Amino acid sequence: MSTAAERLEPFDLRSQKRRADRFGMFVFLASEIMLFGPLFVAMAVYRVLHPQAAAETARHLNLWLGAANTALLLTSSLLVALAVLAGQNGRRRGVAACLLTAALLGVAFLVVKGVEYQAEYVEGLMPKIGPPSPIAGRAPTLFMSLYFVSTALHAVHVTVGALLLAGTGVGAWSRRLPLPKRAMTVEVVGLYWHLVDVIWVFLFPLLYLAR
Amino acid sequence: MTMGAQVRNRLIVWVALMALLALTVALTFAPLGGFRLAASLAIATAKAALIYWVFMDLRTADGLTRIAALCALALLAILVLLAVIDAAVRVSGG
Amino acid sequence: MSPVHRPETVEEQQSYLRAGHSLRSWLFSTDHKRIALLYLISISAFFFVGALAAAAIRLELVTPQTDFLTREGYNRAFTIHGIVMVWFFLIPSIPAVFGNFLIPLMIGAKDLAFPKLNLLSWYIYVLGGIFVLYTLAVGGVDTGWTLYTPLSTQFANGHVLTIAAAIFIVGFSSILTGLNFIVTIHTLRAPGMTWGRLPLFVWSHYATSVILVLATPVLALALVLIAAERLFGLGVFDPKLGGDPLLFQNLFWFYSHPAVYIMVLPAMGVVSELVTAAAHKRIFGYVFVAASSIAIAGVGFVVWGHHMFVAGQSPYASVVFSFLSLVVAVPSAIKVYNWTATLYKGDISLDPPFLFAMGFIGLFVIGGLTGLMLAMLAVDAHVHDTTFVVAHFHYIMVGGAVTAFFGALHFWWPKITGRMYNLVWGRIAAALIFLGFNLTFFPQFVLGYLGMPRRYPVYPPQFQWLHDLSSAGASILGVAYALPLVYLVWSLRRGPPAPANPWEAFGLEWTVPSPPPKHNFDTPPVVTGPAYDYRLKTVRKRR
Repeated sequence: MSTAAERLEPFDLRSQKRRADRFGMFVFLASEIMLFGPLFVAMAVYRVLHPQAAAETARHLNLWLGAANTALLLTSSLLVALAVLAGQNGRRRGVAACLLTAALLGVAFLVVKGVEYQAEYVEGLMPKIGPPSPIAGRAPTLFMSLYFVSTALHAVHVTVGALLLAGTGVGAWSRRLPLPKRAMTVEVVGLYWHLVDVIWVFLFPLLYLAR
Repeated sequence: MTMGAQVRNRLIVWVALMALLALTVALTFAPLGGFRLAASLAIATAKAALIYWVFMDLRTADGLTRIAALCALALLAILVLLAVIDAAVRVSGG
Repeated sequence: MSPVHRPETVEEQQSYLRAGHSLRSWLFSTDHKRIALLYLISISAFFFVGALAAAAIRLELVTPQTDFLTREGYNRAFTIHGIVMVWFFLIPSIPAVFGNFLIPLMIGAKDLAFPKLNLLSWYIYVLGGIFVLYTLAVGGVDTGWTLYTPLSTQFANGHVLTIAAAIFIVGFSSILTGLNFIVTIHTLRAPGMTWGRLPLFVWSHYATSVILVLATPVLALALVLIAAERLFGLGVFDPKLGGDPLLFQNLFWFYSHPAVYIMVLPAMGVVSELVTAAAHKRIFGYVFVAASSIAIAGVGFVVWGHHMFVAGQSPYASVVFSFLSLVVAVPSAIKVYNWTATLYKGDISLDPPFLFAMGFIGLFVIGGLTGLMLAMLAVDAHVHDTTFVVAHFHYIMVGGAVTAFFGALHFWWPKITGRMYNLVWGRIAAALIFLGFNLTFFPQFVLGYLGMPRRYPVYPPQFQWLHDLSSAGASILGVAYALPLVYLVWSLRRGPPAPANPWEAFGLEWTVPSPPPKHNFDTPPVVTGPAYDYRLKTVRKRR
């Protein structure tokens, strides 16, 4: 049976540990930004080099579904931010409700994405599989390649994030995550979700709004 | 700040984010030409700034955490700038 | 030298080594000292794998024809040699073993900031290692460690995806270790341990950790894109699909150039410690040495194009990268001058750690000077893709970083194990490594300049004598690297017990018993003076 002091180790004060946890998560987010970063660089360069191809090919993307997805993620971020407040005030039911709803919105995002991918498959926009492609030429093909890679990589992160949100929400509900003592866990998981949102905030204009 | 005030701030930010989303979609239909990319990236940056400052609570974080938050973004901004400049001034065939 | 099995000392009985005896207590330990040893064993195993591949390469190159390996086999040999040595030995080596063990001790903390994350880092490393061993077992890869497209995406007939997965996985081990170090150094320094009093080992690991966190993800993305192209036909690197093969090189080297600083900065941190301890004198120019680590990390991010001078990038970019590559040599040179100045009028002991430090400095200077030569566009056009380049980076990576790793091993072994090894054998190993290394790699400078391409198993007969010198050197080097294994392991049972501070060095790690107790410090230390304050020590009597 470990004492409270032992569970705090190697820190001496809980405030120290909290600061380290928050700082540590931002350092981790820096690495995630550098993971997506080169894709953004590639897309920005692409937009400069091939503005026509970008504009034409982007018309094949569903602007309204993309905008809906953006709204879903922004709203889920609001809920997560509210969950953090609830956690700091010891309201475990509030935390669970907000986090689980946010996770649900994340799942909704994935469903919408799936619908989009399905439509793109039917239209022949996916490489190697499906009907013949309606787009020809190297620059348009590259645009779709960048679209698929970046949205798929982002979707993986949405999945991980939604699982984390759901797990934390269940933990809060079941009291396995004592609040407000372990409110930092909610905050740290929340930070990850916010980054997933920020990444989409940049993906959306770079891809969908090129038209 | 009371919890009520904090909740209200976040709701206000959410409304602002939605408004910016509407704006950026609306601009897609405006004849902006080459400025389209710059404008949409600027709006995206504003959204990200709001998320970082309020949702991710950088407003109350210490200096060290703020630097960590901005580090990668700064590096990326430099990269994007350099890469775009290179692409823009590239001589064809180079 | 008594060969009697020496019984355990009181320090050993109360140390972290004896806190739990089961395999479980080791494999599930969150103690940074135990995790360091877990890493030591795993990276040594991979060093052995990489060395076997090197042996295959050098055996093949003894004759001008392909009579030991086939051409395909040779490609796989140098590929696995590079991948294993870079990602599974060099990059973790000093940080994961010595950084893990020493950083908490050096700053006066009980452990790293996130002990469980530390253990997870090791688990992830092992998982990546399993993928590598699997890839080896099913035949390996033939693309070279650099995985250039389109060979890796379209034409390679090896297991590119599994090796890409291995590297991707082990990258996360790196990122988490770097994250842990950064947070630890910021938040767990003992009272009085200001940034200006930190050991230089800690400064260089801080700089390394920033690179680990910011650069490694770019490699991860490059690997994801290879997989996307190979599996799904998403041709980001394929010109037929609108992509650019040079984009791969840009992404790869954006990480891999900072990666070489991941490998060399910790080594430089080690050398700073070894030099000041051997001279029993405060390091000359502490601020400059600390700042140079940060400068190397920073400038190291903007020189990657010097790997692509002849790849088709714009000549203007090449000029900029060439200039910046010259600039990055300056902080490295500053370190060398400061180490030398530290030795001046020092009370030097010629113990093995010092000899390894000297080996590092000599070999690093040669590697660095040849790096300056390679930074010159005209020279690089001539020697790019020859063994000149191979010799250059081996002088830094092996002559530098591996030598420093062995120096660290010989310096902190008494602290880690509580036993002293035979110093005579230590000196012999240091000298043999230095000689074997030069014999192996100096001929490769000459060969490269004469036109011998890298990654070729065949060559004109007039090059044979140089290749044979190199292969002979490699066999000496092999013996030299095996030597410490013998006398260090021997010392575990039969070496005399080591005191807390056998080298009379300065640093918080030398104030705790050898080996340290599980919680490092019985009473939390309070730091009141600058680093390396050797004036406090009385003059040593010479042995």
